[in-house]
Amino acid sequence: MSPPLLEVDAVGKSYSMGGLLAREQVRAVHEVSFTLESGRPEIFTIIGESGSGKTTLARMILHSVPPTDGQVRFRGRDLATVRRRRDRLAFMKEVQPIFQNPFEAFNPLKRVDRYLFLTARRFVGAAGRRASEAAADEALRKVGLSLAEVKGRFPHELSGGQLQRAAVARALISKPALIVADEPVSMVDASLRVAIVNLFTRLRDDLGVSTIYITHDLATAYYISDRIIIMQKGRVVESGPAREVLAAPRHPYSIQLKNAVLSPDAAGSDAALRAALPADEDAEVAMTG
Amino acid sequence: MTTATLQPMAASGDPTAAPTRAAPVVEVQNLKAYYQVSHYGVVREVRAVDDISLRIEPGEIYGLAGESSSGKTTLIKVIAAATRPPLNVVGGTVRFRFGGETVDLYGGAPPDLQALRWKSFSYIMQGSMNVLNPVRRIRHSFVDFAFRHLGQPMPQFMKAVGAHLERLHLRPGVLDAYPHELSGGMRQRVTIALATVCRPEFIIADEPTTALDVVVQKGVLAMIREVQLELGSSLLFVTHDMAVHANLCDRLGIMYAGRLVEEGVTARVFREPRHPYTRHLIASLPRIGDTKPREGLKGVPPSLADPPQGCRFHPRCPLAMPVCSERVPPMMPLAHGQGRVACFAATPEAIGKDAG
Repeated sequence: MSPPLLEVDAVGKSYSMGGLLAREQVRAVHEVSFTLESGRPEIFTIIGESGSGKTTLARMILHSVPPTDGQVRFRGRDLATVRRRRDRLAFMKEVQPIFQNPFEAFNPLKRVDRYLFLTARRFVGAAGRRASEAAADEALRKVGLSLAEVKGRFPHELSGGQLQRAAVARALISKPALIVADEPVSMVDASLRVAIVNLFTRLRDDLGVSTIYITHDLATAYYISDRIIIMQKGRVVESGPAREVLAAPRHPYSIQLKNAVLSPDAAGSDAALRAALPADEDAEVAMTG
Repeated sequence: MTTATLQPMAASGDPTAAPTRAAPVVEVQNLKAYYQVSHYGVVREVRAVDDISLRIEPGEIYGLAGESSSGKTTLIKVIAAATRPPLNVVGGTVRFRFGGETVDLYGGAPPDLQALRWKSFSYIMQGSMNVLNPVRRIRHSFVDFAFRHLGQPMPQFMKAVGAHLERLHLRPGVLDAYPHELSGGMRQRVTIALATVCRPEFIIADEPTTALDVVVQKGVLAMIREVQLELGSSLLFVTHDMAVHANLCDRLGIMYAGRLVEEGVTARVFREPRHPYTRHLIASLPRIGDTKPREGLKGVPPSLADPPQGCRFHPRCPLAMPVCSERVPPMMPLAHGQGRVACFAATPEAIGKDAG
């Protein structure tokens, strides 16, 4: 019985804000726990609005921000003990990130293929040009691109959808077991979202890669996720099998989220918007001044 | 810009009756706007807006959909008379009809834009921080934008602004806040109030809710709808989010690679899309409660610097015929006033016609 792939165990993160005298603790994440089993790849979705702590959680899973409370364990090992360069590289080889905006994730002045080659050299130990090109091409083919399409191109020469697929390919080069995708489609056009989101399903089914999919888009979450947690102000307010939760949310916040989703089926009727009109109180509460 | 009184538009009484027979507020005809760059003598042209004609009727919300780099933003820049090189208007016209007067943007003498902007047409932009001065209180933004158009002494002006905010269910207290003290949704509400304070006849909204959370987005959209109905203004609403279009817009225009490919009443476009691109766009929308696998569109959008011959969608089109790669499909009206579509497969009678 191998240890679980990822255990997030009562993890919390506080940031301190303010100066010496008026120091304040802001709890970004509060006692979040979940487990991804190994040998059972799945798409695990974290839903929440901005400020709900989902990106902080992702950073803790990626071992780029240390948690203040609790532990993140990857294959049974506490990430706090992953300190040495070699351990870190071994960890990064297995857990790869995908970021929100592909145009920001890639340096606009450097060619896209450079990132693929660098990743190949560092994590797969591809020595020489041919080996790294082969590794890059293999990964690009998994996302429906090829090296010929990407080679020598700068980020602005690719479309947003292509570039985000190249970002997924880069993450795949090291043959990771887990991908942490933080809002991977929110900067991508609605018409291209499906293509990117389908990739995660394919990775799960064909390559056995688990994905932690962070989003505020309930429609794509419903479309691809296996399990889901809904976060509000750093706490998990609801969790469970994605389709059950989204079909019949129980927590008031989850219900509010679901009701806020605009359905394309309402075409030509603004009834949904009219219903939202007396929501002014909420808006005023949001004002801090 | 002598007086501040704005005649309410004819349609303001019942703006829900979308396309009325009145003259359109905005009329775009055969508009062509290219980015023209000369690089060491080699002229490069990016045809971001190519031969687009559309009309925006009084009191309607016209939605413009299409993926990034399909020319949406260029089109609204041209309509807002905000072109500057390398973007040049190569052909066609944009005409406004404000309070019975016709303004021709690109034909004849350049109109007095200073007087028109904000008073007759205004914008709601995506980044509210770009509109509101970050180092001054909101009050000053209102003074900067609207004071001279309303032409009232300061106390009355501030009173009018306060009344306007109240009508939009905003606390007058926001006037004394700095932009950073407000949440993103609140700031966007303030920019909407700012864009509507002069009761313009035409408002351009460029992805006003794309940067907002779902919960906040719905409230902001509801506010846009409410103020639009109340003022009876026409709105050109641009976003790539089809779900937003479905819930907000009266009519919808779909752009692909610099051209308008389909137009129609929103319900019709969603229920019965005629252009294969629109059909794909609507079929690929994920919905809660539906797990049917959806396919992404094969291929990539064409480069506007070197668009394919004929219909620009034909390399990705499942219905492509030989004629599609040879000739540009003209925008053909559909039967029973269902709108227009530019596709040889949808309107075979177009094959015999010349694209013009």
